[in-house]
Amino acid sequence: MTVDSMTASPRQGTDCVQLLTPEGERVRPPGYENVEFSADELRNFYRDFVLIRRIDTEATALQRQGELGIWASLLGQEAAQVGSARALRPDDYVFPTYREHGAAWCRGIDPIRLLGLYRGVDHGDWDPAEYNFGLYTIVIGAQCLHAAGYAMGMMRDGADGAVLAYFGDGASAQGDVNESFIWAGVFNAPVVFFCQNNQWAISVPLQRQTRTPLYKRAEGFGFPGIQVDGNDVLAVHEVTKRALQNAREGNGPALIEAVTYRMGAHTTNDDPTRYRIAGEVEEWRLKDPIERVRVYLARNGLVDQAFFDSIEEEANDLAATLRKQCLALPDPDPMRVFSEVYAESSPLLDEEREQFARYLASFEGGAQ
Amino acid sequence: MTAVTMGKAINMGLRRALEDAAKVLVMGEDVGKLGGVFRVTDGLQKDFGEERVIDTPLAESGIIGTAVGLAMRGYRPVCEIQFDGFVFPGFDQIVSQVAKLRYRSQGRVPMPIVIRIPFGGGIGAVEHHSESPEAYFVHTAGLKVVSCSNPADAYWMIQQAIRSDDPIVFFEPKRRYHDKAEVDVEASPAPLHDARVIRPGQHCTVVCWGPMVRTSLDAATAAAEEGTELEVIDLRSLSPMDLAPVYDSVQRTGRLVVVNESPRTAGLPGEIATLVTERCFYHLEAPVLRVTGFDAPYPPARAEDSFLPDLDRVLDAVDRSLAY
Ligand SMILES: Cc1ncc(C[n+]2csc(CCOP(=O)(O)OP(=O)(O)O)c2C)c(N)n1
Repeated sequence: MTVDSMTASPRQGTDCVQLLTPEGERVRPPGYENVEFSADELRNFYRDFVLIRRIDTEATALQRQGELGIWASLLGQEAAQVGSARALRPDDYVFPTYREHGAAWCRGIDPIRLLGLYRGVDHGDWDPAEYNFGLYTIVIGAQCLHAAGYAMGMMRDGADGAVLAYFGDGASAQGDVNESFIWAGVFNAPVVFFCQNNQWAISVPLQRQTRTPLYKRAEGFGFPGIQVDGNDVLAVHEVTKRALQNAREGNGPALIEAVTYRMGAHTTNDDPTRYRIAGEVEEWRLKDPIERVRVYLARNGLVDQAFFDSIEEEANDLAATLRKQCLALPDPDPMRVFSEVYAESSPLLDEEREQFARYLASFEGGAQ
Repeated sequence: MTAVTMGKAINMGLRRALEDAAKVLVMGEDVGKLGGVFRVTDGLQKDFGEERVIDTPLAESGIIGTAVGLAMRGYRPVCEIQFDGFVFPGFDQIVSQVAKLRYRSQGRVPMPIVIRIPFGGGIGAVEHHSESPEAYFVHTAGLKVVSCSNPADAYWMIQQAIRSDDPIVFFEPKRRYHDKAEVDVEASPAPLHDARVIRPGQHCTVVCWGPMVRTSLDAATAAAEEGTELEVIDLRSLSPMDLAPVYDSVQRTGRLVVVNESPRTAGLPGEIATLVTERCFYHLEAPVLRVTGFDAPYPPARAEDSFLPDLDRVLDAVDRSLAY
């Protein structure tokens, strides 16, 4: 890489951490020579991958059949999400965007809850405190500030957990994200900012969001930034584990830029053929996060065909259950509109609620 | 009982809230050593420490957004926005996050945040320091909005706001910060969301809040000299609005004038006029009249006297109402 292309391109730099190549070879860069993964860990990553991808495929299909209003696919970003989320302790806290289905899965959130949100029956029906996993955030970048504040709260409470905040390369342009870097930096808050640089913000490429590689921004905010091969679950896991541990130990925030790729459309409403060339997708398909773990497991004799078969079957069962559950999700009660607007209700709202209830009731009795 | 200024009363209220609950935090630009640009937080950091009274970086979205995270962690942040015109960089976090998190999570994520905003004109300030943006927040479901008008209310309302599990935008009329009155710290205060008749009268009802309360009372004093009795109601809470005393009053007086500093169009007086018309139609002797700022950006300081409703404009509206 020439000096010119280094400075002019915000893309992957030479110091991008990688532990497993796209061909499934284990590599040991300086600083990571002694990182080891047990066979069980690797098998579990693979299982997460296959199940999540299956959830994603099923949700996309359900949307196509009109059962979901929209779906934001995570296809291609499985390693970034599983690698990072599996590095969390239960007492750590996660602030997601709207595409963190893999991270949600790793935190134990039933995927039907994600489908419910995209079907439009609720705004995300899980208890954030139960899973230490915030509600999906649609406004780009807003959750990074919540993460910084939550981390400040943890620090005050003497809790020794850390916070993981997910955001995208597009979000890196938002004021809130940059303000969250300031806050986390000056208050030394235990938060790890995890940018899934999937190269695109809807139709806008990375080059239109930033002139520097994103991980290099951290330096300007006074904390370390690190770039990692986001399609390499081992590297993502190790880098995130270290950053979280560092944060828990009182050493403040870090920014991780996981270089990955959104292989599908932005959402089911999007048509990526209008803005990107097929060759680019093909190039990234060769770096598929799942395939390299599969090759590594098989080549090193860590699994047999029965392992792959049983996970395939588990994925099929999961998809079938999910589909059934999705079709059975009831529409929300119309009176739900008025529920939990305030802790202590407001008289004018009570009046509106009563008027609306009367209005609804007028159809039941008086329709004929 | 000693007389204190409204600024001092808020300070005392904040102090008591900080003493009462360890989870209460005061945060904002310059609220620490300086005590805020209006000195409302004077001395709090000295007594409660930098961990409870936090000088933040200069970024409003950051102040509100991190307060959201702290609230999720069980804290009760009281954010100071330095001046009304600077709430807009934090507007998105307020209307999109603070207002909606309880609803989105169906009650699982409460937002006990207070956002203090010194607001309104009349202090001869430069641009962006004299605005009355309360309608933006009242228009957002999920927020509650209040405005104090005197030291005793200020002392109690700030504490009530901090104790509320709902997010409260707390508008402080900055040109009344130096008004003095007695504060009874033992009193049992009026409920936060109750309006109050502060001067009874039989000829015309005047509804106001925040900085316009004193203006309206002055107008009532002047009107009384000419034999016209104005009934003045301090709304105190803008969301929810307690209009029962207003309906009651209008049913007796038959007339209503609403006074407010904001630009007229789509402001709260229009909303109040509609509600009163719906409920008191057969009692009204005249249309509900509004006395407001103009539909123009806030003018340079030397022109603000003609922008802001004053005693004469209130009296003029009363005369027009009585002429029907
Ligand atoms: C504040 C805001 N502006 C615009 C949008 C519309 N929008 C939704 S997703 C998106 C692109 C986000 O790109 P990025 O942050 O890279 O995340 P990705 O979707 O690629 O994961 C845009 C513009 C939004 N949700 N919020």
